[in-house]
Amino acid sequence: MDFNGQKTPSDSSSPSSPSKLVLYSYWQSSCSWRVRFALNVKGLSYEYKSVNLVKGEQFSPGEFRDLYLTTSVDISREYLEEKYPQKALLPLDPRLKAVNLQAASIISSSIQPLQMLSVLKYIEEKVGREERLSWAVYYVEKGFFALEKLLEDCVGRYATGEEVYMADVFLAPQIAIAIARIDIDMSKFPLLSRIYESCKALPEFQASSPERQPDAAQ
Amino acid sequence: MSADCFSSLRLYSWRYNSKLAGAAAAVAIADLWSLCKAWVLAQVQTRERIGASVEEPKKLQLYSYWRSSCSWRVRIALHLKGLKYEYKAVNLVKGEQFSPEFSNLNPIGYVPVLVDGDIVISDSFAILMYLEEKYPQNPLLPHDLQKKAINYQAASIVSSSIQPLQNLAKYIEEKVSPDEKVPWVQFHIGKGFTALEKLLNGYAGRYATGEEVFLADLFLAPQISAAISRFKVDMTQFPLLSRLNDAYNKLSAFQDTMPEKQPDAPVEYKG
Repeated sequence: MDFNGQKTPSDSSSPSSPSKLVLYSYWQSSCSWRVRFALNVKGLSYEYKSVNLVKGEQFSPGEFRDLYLTTSVDISREYLEEKYPQKALLPLDPRLKAVNLQAASIISSSIQPLQMLSVLKYIEEKVGREERLSWAVYYVEKGFFALEKLLEDCVGRYATGEEVYMADVFLAPQIAIAIARIDIDMSKFPLLSRIYESCKALPEFQASSPERQPDAAQ
Repeated sequence: MSADCFSSLRLYSWRYNSKLAGAAAAVAIADLWSLCKAWVLAQVQTRERIGASVEEPKKLQLYSYWRSSCSWRVRIALHLKGLKYEYKAVNLVKGEQFSPEFSNLNPIGYVPVLVDGDIVISDSFAILMYLEEKYPQNPLLPHDLQKKAINYQAASIVSSSIQPLQNLAKYIEEKVSPDEKVPWVQFHIGKGFTALEKLLNGYAGRYATGEEVFLADLFLAPQISAAISRFKVDMTQFPLLSRLNDAYNKLSAFQDTMPEKQPDAPVEYKG
């Protein structure tokens, strides 16, 4: 995966025929990536509408602003699961279901918000570049160590067994971004490394990756 | 009543010999009484045997810190669903979340953690979804899928876009500057509250998504309370959330579970 990237010809994830699902997304957003991955796993086609966060398009008047003001809303968790139950993202077993929800929460509450670009930029401006780097590494590693422990009893090929579930949908993009942005040492996280390799091999994950999106490297 | 008693009554019927019939009736009644006593005793013994072989259901345990808004969300849910639980205090200020015992329960060191028999769940959202499935009384989510999604979104705004950033207040105070702490917190709360005002517009009734308390309210109530009491956020900018806060203040599910009423609240904060 080339994050420093070169503008590669990207496979369009828009279907040739009109679809009723519309996804507002930014190619580099890990939250958007989760939803793209989930949509692919469920075999749902959608129209891709790009929102350039760097240019501040999320704030300009228009369709997106009318729909939503925040940049880190995640609805893939349950809404897609209920409306489009094919290829379930949550296992039936209550214990494994809870593990998936916990893993998703660790990432969406304890890791991602603390290493958002806007937060890292603030830390760099107010404290310094070194603090920014050590901050990012600290919170990602803290979360990853917790995830290693959480998943140790149920990990298989994927986070909670032999099928892709919600935990994988959250994990894979998070790991990818940690590797690319902060050069995390994944040898400390053998389980997560194994899960990541499994996800990387999936066409659904590859198709959802940032550099394959229509707005990549703009 | 034994067969002999019935036979005696037939033989000595009242019409033909009242004295003998009366004696037979007395015997029959005594017999009946003995039979009834024996029956009742047998039932009691059976129930005692059944009772002895069924274990008392294990009580729910909630690892919580009095001031943790994440713990408060779960306390509200347990109250709404009428579920009793054992309160296990984890003093975050003293670092009890890093003890070997607690680290085993939750390696990331956060409260709340719910223990239900053999099942251990951390993270408030995961706990609430578990409670919703296992104890469906007083549901935390509406049936309507769109309203349900609004609840998820509201919960997500609080748990991902406000609370984790607000919690960095101490770091900002120490590493950046004491003067930056309040602006940092108020910025992130304000951003989230602005989004919530917009999100809930058109859905809110007495509560966040209608006339009943749902998941969104469980996340909102502790967050608004903290914004007002701890971070002095100016709520006049957020009329819808202010109105919700007034509604929450009238509900026992919120009032009885508030931080100041928890067993581990410091004396100076207890209501």
